[in-house]
Amino acid sequence: MSLNIIVLAKQVPDTRNVGKDAMKEDGTINRAALPAIFNPEDLNALEQALRLKDANPGSTVTMLTMGLPRAAEVIREAIYRGADKGIVLTDRALGGADTLATSYSLAMAVKKIGDYDLILGGRQAIDGDTAQVGPQIAEKLGLPQVTYAEEIISAENGKVVIKRRLEHGVETVACPMPCVVTVNGSAAECRPRNAKRVMKYKRAVSTSEATKLSEAEAAIVAAHPELTIPEWGAAFVEADPAQIGLPGSPTKVKAIENVVFTAKESRRLDNNDGQIEELVKELIANHTIG
Amino acid sequence: MSDKNNLIVYCEYDEGRVADVSLELLTKGRQLADRLGVKLEALVIGDNLEGIEKQIFPYGADTVYKVEDRRLFPYTSNPHAAILIKLFREIEPQICLMGATCIGRDLGPRVSSCLHSGLTADCTALEIGDHKDPKTGKEYSELLYQIRPAFGGNIVATIVNPDCRPQMATVREGVMKKEIRNAEHKGEVINLDAKKYVDDTDFVVEIIDRHIEKSKVNIKNSPIIVAGGYGVGSKENFQLLFDLANTLGGEVGASRAAVDAGFIEHERQIGQTGVTVRPKLYIACGISGQIQHIAGMQESSIIISINNDPNAPINTIADYVITGEMEEIVPKLIKYYKKNSK
Repeated sequence: MSLNIIVLAKQVPDTRNVGKDAMKEDGTINRAALPAIFNPEDLNALEQALRLKDANPGSTVTMLTMGLPRAAEVIREAIYRGADKGIVLTDRALGGADTLATSYSLAMAVKKIGDYDLILGGRQAIDGDTAQVGPQIAEKLGLPQVTYAEEIISAENGKVVIKRRLEHGVETVACPMPCVVTVNGSAAECRPRNAKRVMKYKRAVSTSEATKLSEAEAAIVAAHPELTIPEWGAAFVEADPAQIGLPGSPTKVKAIENVVFTAKESRRLDNNDGQIEELVKELIANHTIG
Repeated sequence: MSDKNNLIVYCEYDEGRVADVSLELLTKGRQLADRLGVKLEALVIGDNLEGIEKQIFPYGADTVYKVEDRRLFPYTSNPHAAILIKLFREIEPQICLMGATCIGRDLGPRVSSCLHSGLTADCTALEIGDHKDPKTGKEYSELLYQIRPAFGGNIVATIVNPDCRPQMATVREGVMKKEIRNAEHKGEVINLDAKKYVDDTDFVVEIIDRHIEKSKVNIKNSPIIVAGGYGVGSKENFQLLFDLANTLGGEVGASRAAVDAGFIEHERQIGQTGVTVRPKLYIACGISGQIQHIAGMQESSIIISINNDPNAPINTIADYVITGEMEEIVPKLIKYYKKNSK
């Protein structure tokens, strides 16, 4: 049975590798020093989608991302790895959204795509670590949800069977399709780019990127519809302006502070037997150890 | 004007025991409810809930709502969400707290989406305070400040939900402290009829198989923790940390970087996306000290940092800094402990 799968992906700043140069002298974040990457768990979700596509010939994998126009980069990356196509949901009106307004906007885009059996996404994005968008999209679309998926075992006869990784164990569940599944980082790693696909889609551009092409390149893109990554706006997906962006967000950021830890006066030791033995004796004497 | 609606804690339980994270939230919830002058309520959903309130009342709950049905345990998303949604529409709590667990992080967003209430995940502090909208100038009193790290832990944001109720927040296990208010305290038990709150059609997800293992790792309650970071370098080198932990009678923890690198299992991760710990002694080996890690261990009584980088950020909060190769220093600690103890 062929499946229509939508994979949600987000372009995020790489917060995992915040080095010394990522913080400015005044203690604020130097965003420019953080590369924008494909949210790691969304890649795990893409791999699950591609495995379903491999097992169910004729299936399609459609990527959906919301963000700045440059988020077309994650769509291209996903296409290089095996996704069929993708859409960038981008609009100034969507800016400043909290997870609820984000979920609403993405749910409206999913409705616009229309035909789907499964919606996959990473468990959470590393810039917020909230894990809220998946379940909220499910609720907005009136669909069941399966979170913390580690492996999609099968998708047949209208049901998807999924192994979930929980804090203290595993659970295998069956859920009717369509449904929303969020995938854990413990799931299989995403396959690398496929060289043939990179060749075929190296010119894939979003609508706004297309305006910057030379005439010759633009002609090539125009002749090959599969090379256009559509950009959808809030009005196009018929989103209610009151439910998107900052106005549509029930949560407001009241304050942001940089994290400052109070430094202690440390005692410095070298890798020296005498000093280490002294330390151990001291810890034993004050009953910290022993 | 502030609303006098109550504060409710969604309590998780397994094998007849209310989860620690829920008891921690009841403790925090009691403080917040006192500050607001409202009742602290608890909600337990599941099967075989007889007497479960006895575990909850000592933490100061005024009311325990119970919803029992054989099909409500183990947890699945839709039935539990349906109960919360319907109940919250009736009793209109102003605040709802739940654990930032696999269950709370699955349930919270579904409920908040339906009620359009706003939810803040993984809060590290909760306070009550006033708020003035910077644009409209509208003033709000006694809102829940939902304080959480963001941007990989590099900043801390205070989030408020000015207009929507309930104000919902999740908190990880170990972040709040669990404290019995009064062992003799008794409140009211309200048994709700499951049939009125959940529909047969809500039971869409079928659990085919479930293996829950009692966690063998108990870093949260260990008085001594030997933690390793990316600088430990390999799974094999982590064995050295286990040797030291075993010698001292402690547990092994890890930073996110070490877990991401596959050196050790996620259960042992300490920090904002792992467990928060407050041991008597914390020995950090090869941990540079990203903010998100420090936030999960800074309340340790004594911190020893072993690192070959004398300028590792973690050194600034350490009581003792040993500069050098962890592979050499850890065996020395073991050797001199064995020599000097007893």
